Amino acid sequence: MSEALNTALALLVGLDSKLVEIVLLSLRVSLSAVAISALLGLPVGAAIAVSRFPGRQTVIVVLNALMGLPPVVVGLLVYLLLSRAGPLGPLGILFTPSAMVIAQSILILPIIAALSRQAIEDAWREYEEQLRSLGAGRMDAALTLLWDTRFSLLTTILAGFGRAAAEVGAVMIVGGNIDGVTRVMTTTIALETSKGDLPLALGLGMILIAIVITVNAAAYLTKELAQRRYG
Amino acid sequence: MNNGSILPLRLAEVSFAAGGRTLIDRISLEIETGPSTIILGANGAGKSVLMRLMHGLLSPSSGRIEWNAPERPGAPRKQAMVFQRPVMLRRSAYANVAYALKIAGIPEPQRGTLVREALESVGLSHLAHRSARVLSGGEQQRLALARAWALHPEVLFLDEPTASLDPSATREIESVIKAFDAAGTKVVMATHNLGQARRLGDEILFLDQGQLVERAPVAQFFGKPQSVQAAAFIKGELPWT
Amino acid sequence: MDLIRGLLLLAASLAALPVGAQDKFVVVASTTSTEQSGLFGHILPVFQKKTGIQVRVVALGTGQALDLARRGDADVVFVHARSAEEKFLAEGHGVKRFPVMYNDFVLIGPKSDPAKVGGGKDILEALRKIKAAGAPFVSRGDRSGTHIAELDLWKMAGVDIAKEKGPWYRDTGQGMGPALNTAAAMNGYILADRGTWISFRNRGELAIAVQGDKRLFNQYGIMLVNPARHPSVKKELGQAFIDWVVSPEGQRAIAGYKIGGEQLFFPNASQPGA
Repeated sequence: MSEALNTALALLVGLDSKLVEIVLLSLRVSLSAVAISALLGLPVGAAIAVSRFPGRQTVIVVLNALMGLPPVVVGLLVYLLLSRAGPLGPLGILFTPSAMVIAQSILILPIIAALSRQAIEDAWREYEEQLRSLGAGRMDAALTLLWDTRFSLLTTILAGFGRAAAEVGAVMIVGGNIDGVTRVMTTTIALETSKGDLPLALGLGMILIAIVITVNAAAYLTKELAQRRYG
Repeated sequence: MNNGSILPLRLAEVSFAAGGRTLIDRISLEIETGPSTIILGANGAGKSVLMRLMHGLLSPSSGRIEWNAPERPGAPRKQAMVFQRPVMLRRSAYANVAYALKIAGIPEPQRGTLVREALESVGLSHLAHRSARVLSGGEQQRLALARAWALHPEVLFLDEPTASLDPSATREIESVIKAFDAAGTKVVMATHNLGQARRLGDEILFLDQGQLVERAPVAQFFGKPQSVQAAAFIKGELPWT
Repeated sequence: MDLIRGLLLLAASLAALPVGAQDKFVVVASTTSTEQSGLFGHILPVFQKKTGIQVRVVALGTGQALDLARRGDADVVFVHARSAEEKFLAEGHGVKRFPVMYNDFVLIGPKSDPAKVGGGKDILEALRKIKAAGAPFVSRGDRSGTHIAELDLWKMAGVDIAKEKGPWYRDTGQGMGPALNTAAAMNGYILADRGTWISFRNRGELAIAVQGDKRLFNQYGIMLVNPARHPSVKKELGQAFIDWVVSPEGQRAIAGYKIGGEQLFFPNASQPGA
């Protein structure tokens, strides 16, 4: 364990360029995926939360179930889509970071949609009478609630980021773990472990955990301060 | 009277049932401009349900509810409601009032004046930029009144607005309501508080178990109640159903 | 509705992450053991400096690498399983096979050596002894070149391993590194390529038991994926890489790769019949 710590510290202090490249790519891929999923998932969650339509319960159940999509299955499906032999082959984005972003977006979209649906539906219960009394239609209500629950939604978005940053199954398959092109923290950890270079793998793992903890701590603090200020 | 006023409001044989229980039982009445109307009754008599039916938050199971002039979608509402517990958005007091104007379609440049007037009328100008959700219960309820008032509605519904407040906050709210009444807004307020009914009301609609049992001017209702239930309620003897 | 359209456009543009200003690149399907040996890290920069072409290596097991090429998702295939490569050509997926280099396999085993094969020069004899002793043996079981070589050796030793294996034979379905980890954990025997063994740091009680038998030599071949069959293949860039790898300069680069002073791969592009 102490060898792992020394390795990790040495990497960090030395700001090893390869390491920096890997970490930056991981962040770019996962943050892009979170941005896309939030852009698409938050409106979907809000819309479902304030609407009533036949089959609504089924949609909610399916959405919740999709949160548990195995990353490796998503990777396989996206690979089949993007393979040169597949329907989107001509786009030529297999084995590039774009493919990884797409796969991770698909993976965390249900998480963001389902959790935001829950948060906004809870808020809707509190706000519905008042908003309808003021004359707000469903679309107005959805947008208003999205903004009003923004701090809970921040937590949701972070849950999505955490899932994306931590997964290896999807990005391995659609990215190919190509040195200098599609190698991210998780796939590097997998590679180093299989090479038997455990201290390096552990060191990278600690860096990954540190990033996730930092992001979560920042969000927690933001939420606490906001709670105090806005109530 | 078809001059664009939304009053009178007519209810014809309105009933409302939910969960297998009849909560409003064949009520017919007319709400006209002028005197402030108090809907009085014990807890569970159906006051809140009746208020929501009139305001349009609930649809009757049977019977008809008709305003004099129909509501035009997209136009600012001419009737507003204040609830027992105010619901404020996570923004400043000023922004909460401005939100009501925005929903009503009032263009941005015109909102500022209306918001300031509304806050002034309830005495909250000094708290305009405080976050609404950290205000006290009384302050939030005053803010709710300001928000409802900002569009100068013809009818203001109030559902037990002081039931959750302490006596001094209650007095503040009552003075605001009296001021709105004096300014010409039709006040329709539900309460179970006899003293409040006497202080604020011109006429009483007394409900018991979902039915309109008695309707009379305030002095007559309290001096010489016509129905057994009203008499018992005033004396404090109405049995729980 | 405009809001929705705007959101979708924004989402799509975020997905199109720029990869880095690389217009000229080829995708080479190779094996995990080759990738993990570090060879590519050594020779590819030389090629890129000379031609400006970036080589992107997707490392899988031999079977998976060939399957990837069969779907047209790679431009070049660079593996070490002659029979599988010939089959690939016969199916029409490849253009021509060029020999490139060889490395060798070694039999790794615990220092305690329960099957008493240490220091031997005959791999077939060693395998027979391991089976007789029922000593733990880890197989990759993943259709990789190493796995195929292992199966061929059992066959040559006269053992029908599919029928005759017992609980001592552990079929793991893993890459070389993880399989070595497993062998170290259970003190078992395992066939490994020398390159992975030299870089492997988690050795535990393991050491080389048998080496040098000619039957342990592992020949690498390179093929261009057939553009007639898969029009998306980058045939000029792919051929450029193949030409370089078998050229004297490429062969020198391969020979120049050393770990701990030891050469791992022995170029033999000019050797007929390799």
